[in-house]
Amino acid sequence: MSGPPVVQESPPSAWHMYRAMVGVGLGCGLLIVSVFQLTGPTIARNRAEALRRAIFEVLPGAGSSRTFRVAANDRFEPTEAAGQPGDRLVHAGYDAEQRLVGLAIEAEGMGYQDVIRLLYGYSFAEDAVIGIRVLESRETPGLGDRIETDPAFLANFQRLDVALAPDGSALANPIQAVKRGEKEHAWQVDGITGATISSVAIADILNKSAAWWVPRIRRSLDDFREAP
Amino acid sequence: MSDAPLWSIFVNACLINNFVLAYFLGLCPFLGVSGKLATATRMGGAVTFVMLVSSICAFGIQQLLVAIDAPYLRLISFIAVIASTVQLVEMFIKKTSPALFRALGIFLPLITTNCAILGLALFQTNKGFDFAQCLAYALGAGAGFTLALVLIAGLREKLELATVPDVVRGTALSLVLAGLLSIAFMGFAGLGG
Amino acid sequence: MTGPLHGTPALGDEFVKGLWRDNPVFVQVLGMCPALAVSNTARNALAMGLATSFVLILSNAVISSLRHVIPKQVRIATYILVIATFVTVVDYAIQAVSLDLHKALGAFISLIVVNCLILGRAEAFASKHGIGRSLLDGLGMGAGFTVALFSLGAVREILGSGTLFGIQVFHADFQPWIVMILPSGGFFTLAAWLLVFNAVTARRARAAEPLEAPR
Repeated sequence: MSGPPVVQESPPSAWHMYRAMVGVGLGCGLLIVSVFQLTGPTIARNRAEALRRAIFEVLPGAGSSRTFRVAANDRFEPTEAAGQPGDRLVHAGYDAEQRLVGLAIEAEGMGYQDVIRLLYGYSFAEDAVIGIRVLESRETPGLGDRIETDPAFLANFQRLDVALAPDGSALANPIQAVKRGEKEHAWQVDGITGATISSVAIADILNKSAAWWVPRIRRSLDDFREAP
Repeated sequence: MSDAPLWSIFVNACLINNFVLAYFLGLCPFLGVSGKLATATRMGGAVTFVMLVSSICAFGIQQLLVAIDAPYLRLISFIAVIASTVQLVEMFIKKTSPALFRALGIFLPLITTNCAILGLALFQTNKGFDFAQCLAYALGAGAGFTLALVLIAGLREKLELATVPDVVRGTALSLVLAGLLSIAFMGFAGLGG
Repeated sequence: MTGPLHGTPALGDEFVKGLWRDNPVFVQVLGMCPALAVSNTARNALAMGLATSFVLILSNAVISSLRHVIPKQVRIATYILVIATFVTVVDYAIQAVSLDLHKALGAFISLIVVNCLILGRAEAFASKHGIGRSLLDGLGMGAGFTVALFSLGAVREILGSGTLFGIQVFHADFQPWIVMILPSGGFFTLAAWLLVFNAVTARRARAAEPLEAPR
């Protein structure tokens, strides 16, 4: 960057510099805050809408939802959709007759490239995972990203067994990924050829998350019964 | 939020999602400075150092912004605080250790507005790392940056001796090299699991 | 940086130079850091180009109108403040328009702040010229940047996924070149475009000076 042919002038006083910096800073601050205020409601609405769409996708049949947070003593209490930072959230979906369809739970874990975040639906009636949607992933395009699109793989999650062991403290059978075509039990995930690590990662994420959530949810089922 | 182990964060930032080869961050010094091996090593050291400093700053700012509930000031305060901290550190080094300053100093002003530095601050915030994880991430990103810079500098030193058509000489050839390195680095994927 | 220091070129030239002669990407190879990463589809590339242009034009205008008020010693700090403000504005605007787009671009919107192109134009052009010229310069450079980024994104999407803006362009049998949507594809595509530009420029130079040409 070539300097201009500078005309010698006396250096400006400190007051000049302060005035310029503070003036520009004030202007910038005003602009940022007013844009934030202006767009805030729209952004919040977009976010809520995106979350609702995702919830209804993993809980087929749901028409309204309500968010709960894990309170002390492992009970669940209603909260607003965004929750407070640090809260562990779960979204309950209700059908047209205000009956509980199931719970949508967010989970994340390490994939092949980077962290995968997903939302899955859990149904009491079936004691199973009934839907899954990948919220965020950077898996290899064309190979690993088939976890989002491969119909045979997604079919695993129409009814993936997560029944609890008799004492109610852990899953009876951990969710595990197997090679394509070797699925024998309802708790196994039929992997994708060419995307083994990504499919195993999904199964692991689900297993870890379900092992934490399902026993707690089962113990406090009544917390969710009441529709909004 | 994130409960990833430290080594996994380090490997991830250094190899799998290398800042230069996977995110294209810090391309300017990558293409500009990477002609000589010795310069590249020192530049890498300086970047790693600034990354550590700015990672610590960014962590502090984020805590403060959450406390006063002002997420909209994030970008502006990140860049302002990182830039001024680097300047302060530069002055401090100049005063206390002239030898170190001669080794790193000339790069510091260049680095402040480097995309990789701000990128690191933004990514670690998005991922919700705690303090130790931030440090591991910064070290990994710095090591990865240095590695990429040194590799390309070594290759370019050899290329000086090769005869290539005039149109290809310069940036275009470096970019092709970077692309090949990027493919090679894809082999590291899966290490972090 | 080629701000015209002597004489006053035609206003139209301020606009046109950004498109070809001083194209920020293909000739100056500036500002690729935060932009290449999101050039894997035509849509992302176009959005990124437009967002960058918006910031570039507005910051050029503001900085040029403040050029007599800001002391030289604190000018860079002020420029960065102004640029960061407009980037924050763009960030919120994109979130309000489309969350999906915001998710696809991610932290790279914020990284427009450190795009060397914007600070470069502020320092080399806007701080020395009037508002009108600075606006035109911003428009031209922004357009050149957007066109360049779009041509990267379009090539990568067509070859890498066989689509353009999500619409299938090849027969269904087409086997996509996955490498093109991987990061390495970004490097290769940019290198290829640079080659094309170099070759064209070299040929023109040869045509202009036939006597100097060695062969």
